[in-house]
Amino acid sequence: MADANGNLVEVTGVDKVFHRGSEDIHVLGGLCLKIPEGEFLALMGPSGSGKSTLLNLLAGLDRPTEGSVTISGERIDQLSERRLAGWRARHVGLVFQFYNLMPTLNAARNVELPLLLTHLSRTERKKHVEVALSVVGLNHRHGHYPRQLSGGEQQRVGIARAIVTDPTLLLCDEPTGDLDRKSSDEILDLLQALNQDQGKTIIMVTHDNDAAKRASRIVHMNKGKLTTDAAA
Amino acid sequence: MKYFSVIWSSLKRKKTRSILTILSILVAFILYGYLSAIRLGFDAGVEVSGVDRLVMQHKVSLIQFLPESYEARIEQVQGVDSAVHGTWFGGIYQKPMNFFSQFPVKVEEYLDMYPEYVISDEHKKAWLETRNGAIAGRTIAERFGWKVGDRIPIQATIWTRKDGNPTWEFNLVGIYDGVDKSTDTTQFFFRYDYFQEARSFGSGNVGWYWIRVDNPDNAAEIAKEVDQLFANSPAETKTQPEAAFMQGFAKQIGDIGFIMTAILGAVFFTILLVAGNSMAQAVRERIQEIAVLKALGFTHTAVLAMVLAESLLLACLGGFAGLAIAWTMITTMGDPTNGSLPVFFLPVKDVVIGVLLAVLTGLAAGILPAIRAQKLQIADGLRR
Ligand SMILES: Nc1ncnc2c1ncn2[C@@H]1O[C@H](COP(=O)(O)OP(=O)(O)OP(=O)(O)O)[C@@H](O)[C@H]1O
Ligand SMILES: [Mg+2]
Repeated sequence: MADANGNLVEVTGVDKVFHRGSEDIHVLGGLCLKIPEGEFLALMGPSGSGKSTLLNLLAGLDRPTEGSVTISGERIDQLSERRLAGWRARHVGLVFQFYNLMPTLNAARNVELPLLLTHLSRTERKKHVEVALSVVGLNHRHGHYPRQLSGGEQQRVGIARAIVTDPTLLLCDEPTGDLDRKSSDEILDLLQALNQDQGKTIIMVTHDNDAAKRASRIVHMNKGKLTTDAAA
Repeated sequence: MKYFSVIWSSLKRKKTRSILTILSILVAFILYGYLSAIRLGFDAGVEVSGVDRLVMQHKVSLIQFLPESYEARIEQVQGVDSAVHGTWFGGIYQKPMNFFSQFPVKVEEYLDMYPEYVISDEHKKAWLETRNGAIAGRTIAERFGWKVGDRIPIQATIWTRKDGNPTWEFNLVGIYDGVDKSTDTTQFFFRYDYFQEARSFGSGNVGWYWIRVDNPDNAAEIAKEVDQLFANSPAETKTQPEAAFMQGFAKQIGDIGFIMTAILGAVFFTILLVAGNSMAQAVRERIQEIAVLKALGFTHTAVLAMVLAESLLLACLGGFAGLAIAWTMITTMGDPTNGSLPVFFLPVKDVVIGVLLAVLTGLAAGILPAIRAQKLQIADGLRR
């Protein structure tokens, strides 16, 4: 649900400081960013510029030192740990560079994981898993374990897991960073389709210009600040 | 329960380690089962002793005799229901290894004192009719393959015979059963009148008295009163509840309870380290996965519970299987000493304690790793 100006995400004056021993590391400084609902945003920038840190704040995995993060009108930086966990389960789908699937669970059970936190019955969960796996074109591999799947297939399972709860926001941290060109393209096709056909709002961190071109907007970051902001 | 398969799959992650851990817990619990049964064997007398029975012995020691004549005097004391004497015979059947206890007793009075020994009217009648008749408990009869009608020769070690014959020969006229499985069915009883007539010394002397009181609440007072009765006589007495007497008797062999507890303590300390280490490793190598679970929306508490559940599952799988195996082996294969223990079974109480021990082991082994998983910050876990 977006605000009056159509913005789903609103980051205002965000600072993020990490403490390593006595040393303070200023990673984000006075960062502001608005993301309208239905946008596919690519976040680019050199290594260490704070992209993942920003993504973590948007995902409610971490809290800003200063400033506010508002998503769907909710100040997620002010939620308690417990409420934040519930909020993540309902509103965020995460896709990681190294897939981060559970090696001991097969594809279907990996996709089912976020559904365990809902009130859905076993059969309903099964149905949702089936739908999500067919969206990524892997229904026929549902019983396979991560080690039996290629990198691209694992990432598709990762995407299925991210979308199975029908989240408000899809956050992807270098989703193609570990894949070859062909697999990357398949993943990007998939993300683009999710954005265009299902209207998912997607924020994707990437180092790859070709990947970024698939997005509807590219934001560049350097040393914890946004430098350029251009439509792709 | 929908989380069960996730927890279960964690155990399958390092199969060999999980299996080895479960096996070591399993072995520990088999040991626990056996030690519990053995301890019960030593304590049997204590556990099953009647609350309304006292034992009177010579004040100096159990091996000093008391006159047979005390019986009538004890029975005159207010509150005493009946008194009957017993004597340690201590003979050897074939070889010293075949130990079991033998007592000369007065048939009817003794059976009346010990209703937990169940014997058919027919056998009882035969015993009353046979002067050198004897009865044996079911366990001991099965141990030596005795049948009613067998002649049982027993070598005297203390009680030599008047006729100089080193062997007492008894005619087995009956076999008694226990009223339940905690009853000692490894004993051998023969007639006091036969004993009295044939022994070469000590005529008119007995080993101790069992005294039954009308009301167990008055047992302590009555014990004092009967001891008073024989104060300043040549054979002063010490009277105590049967349980205390049996305890003192068991202590002569050594403090079995303490030895068992010490062994078990060492065993459980070891498996706690094994299981704890296994869980610590399991969490250490899964830091990233735990962070992912949290990123997906699992709360810190949920993750804590999942690690604890995994540890519980590990301990309970091993523990319950171990208890089940111990129970089966003890029940079907019986006493490893082949009947030297008066009773041998795994009591329900110890099974329940075993179950609790398994749960406790699981919780104790899992708590630190679980707290570590709970405290893990998502961003830190994902950055590895
Ligand atoms: N938990 C933390 N503790 C200390 N420093 C951190 C922490 N997380 C991030 N940093 C530091 O913040 C800076 C930004 O990190 P971040 O991971 O956001 O960069 P990035 O833009 O995603 O880089 P890359 O492209 O390499 O993934 C880095 O210098 C990093 O060392
Ligand atoms: Mg990064």
